[in-house]
Amino acid sequence: MGKKLLLKNAHIEGIRYFETYRKHGGYEAAEKALKMKPEEILEEVKTSGLRGRGGAGFPTGMKWSFLAKPEGVPRHLVVNADESEPGTFKDRYLMEFLPHLLIEGMLISSYTLGSNTSYIYIRGEYSWIPDILEEAIEEAKAAGFLGKNILGTGFDLEIYVQRGGGAYICGEETALLESLEGRRGNPRLKPPFPAVKGLWERPTVVNNVESIAAVVPIIEIGGAEYAKIGVGRSTGTKLISACGNIKKPGVYEIDMTITVEEFIYSDEYCGGIPNGKKLKACIPGGSSVPIVPANLLLKTINGEPRYMNYESLADGGFATGTMMGSGGFIVLDEDQCVVNHTMTLARFYNHESCGQCTPCREGTGWMYKILKKIEKGEGKMEDIDLLWDIQRKIEGNTICPLGDAAAWPVAAAIRHFRDEFEWHVNNPELSQTQNYGIANYADPIPAVANN
Amino acid sequence: MSETIAFKPESLAQVHKIIARYPEGRQKSALIPVLHIAQKEFDGWLAVPVMDYVAELLSITPIEVYEVATFYTMFNMKPVGKYVLEVCRTGPCMLNGSDNILDHIRKKLNIKDGETSEDGLFTLKPAECLGACGYAPMMQLGKFFHENLTIEKVDEILDLCRQGAIALD
Repeated sequence: MGKKLLLKNAHIEGIRYFETYRKHGGYEAAEKALKMKPEEILEEVKTSGLRGRGGAGFPTGMKWSFLAKPEGVPRHLVVNADESEPGTFKDRYLMEFLPHLLIEGMLISSYTLGSNTSYIYIRGEYSWIPDILEEAIEEAKAAGFLGKNILGTGFDLEIYVQRGGGAYICGEETALLESLEGRRGNPRLKPPFPAVKGLWERPTVVNNVESIAAVVPIIEIGGAEYAKIGVGRSTGTKLISACGNIKKPGVYEIDMTITVEEFIYSDEYCGGIPNGKKLKACIPGGSSVPIVPANLLLKTINGEPRYMNYESLADGGFATGTMMGSGGFIVLDEDQCVVNHTMTLARFYNHESCGQCTPCREGTGWMYKILKKIEKGEGKMEDIDLLWDIQRKIEGNTICPLGDAAAWPVAAAIRHFRDEFEWHVNNPELSQTQNYGIANYADPIPAVANN
Repeated sequence: MSETIAFKPESLAQVHKIIARYPEGRQKSALIPVLHIAQKEFDGWLAVPVMDYVAELLSITPIEVYEVATFYTMFNMKPVGKYVLEVCRTGPCMLNGSDNILDHIRKKLNIKDGETSEDGLFTLKPAECLGACGYAPMMQLGKFFHENLTIEKVDEILDLCRQGAIALD
């Protein structure tokens, strides 16, 4: 059984309510933190090695230390709960079942950053969760953990929940701020970074739900103890939301020392692939990260076991490896068609592009149309090269990472599964009724070199 | 037009409470939450006079409301049925059979994507990832997610809708 920090009390009935949460040690970390100096807490977070859990993996303590502190200008903490990456549903779990863990994390983080008004920006479709969070906020306020002069420390904090309107791009921190200011979620040019000019041009830190929740155990056990859990620069625990073709989909907390194989096949986690099917491929970090075929997923390019952590998953870079990303773990069994799956992702990114940058606005539409054509058996061999060319022209040419997020799945699918694309082109009639997976699956397909 | 459109007093009180969350002069930040209230109160969609009313309430120009309302997928720009069936079809939902669920609904209600059934009860709205990937396939109906769908479960939900026996809020 792996170490649990965030979900250790998740099984307790009524843990979403203040009384139960408090009874099981809730808000003790906040009490401890409020007796510390903000700079001491910042040091603990830095020592912990916590990396942003939203996908980018940037060190949280370092991000906090960039926050500008001009005299007389309010600062803000904004929690990014716009969880819209296909495969990722871990923040939903935290907010739904452990809202006080997030509130407590926000209290500690806001105190550290000097934010007296903090916001939770939540994707609009999670329409029942704001009620849960608002109820938790009221409970915390009634108990003196929010509002004016918290626990007699002189620190004031109000937390508000803001529902978005349903746009993936609002998970990008500057688009999120635009949306929070009542505009379309168009990402801003950086610099200036939010730490200097963020919400209403005030210094702002935007952090993922899981990152903020992780601040609670860091204060509880200390940054150094937290850093001992996990391995290398993958410290602490990570929530993984597992889905696709697995026996036990759900949210799991891992300590980043287990192998990918163990995660997929052990009963403690995903429980294996249903119906005796073989593992074909996996997207381990949310839909935007590169898909990897089974052989490269379970072993590194050196033939060593691959582990569920930032470094091991990224081993080999984009050529053969993948990324930890948000921890949205999507498993594909042998019957799945990579072309079809990639097409649904291309449609997603085309739909969700804010339209601001031409390469993304136009390129995502082209990719979707070409993939649709190939999948239907109406494609030509040149279309595969055209697809490759388009994704190359999107990647790195947009002001926010949505362009990369749209390009990478297509690039990885062609790189690792080119023969499936070719099969669709060469078998137009079969393409109408079945897919490559059912028709051709043998052993996992070897990777080709990057170019 | 805005003379004829007004929030119920309780909704208006909620709007003022939301505006108070932001610093003075930053009331535009309330736009998306207020549009959610407006859509709920005015038949599930945002007609131009409704958006104009929201603009007036927030002291912003109508175009500022239109550009936001048309950007976010949760806001409907044309009339919808009483029950908007938002079926997720991305990635993990697709892997778990959302295409079959969508096909079944299209055939059963004799509607295409984005259309409303003849009786005005149902609108079908395919959605791009609703964050229920572990409980796929799924659809959103009002405030709630209906997960681990099967054809039988969908039929049951549609029947409950027809009987007016399903919670939307």
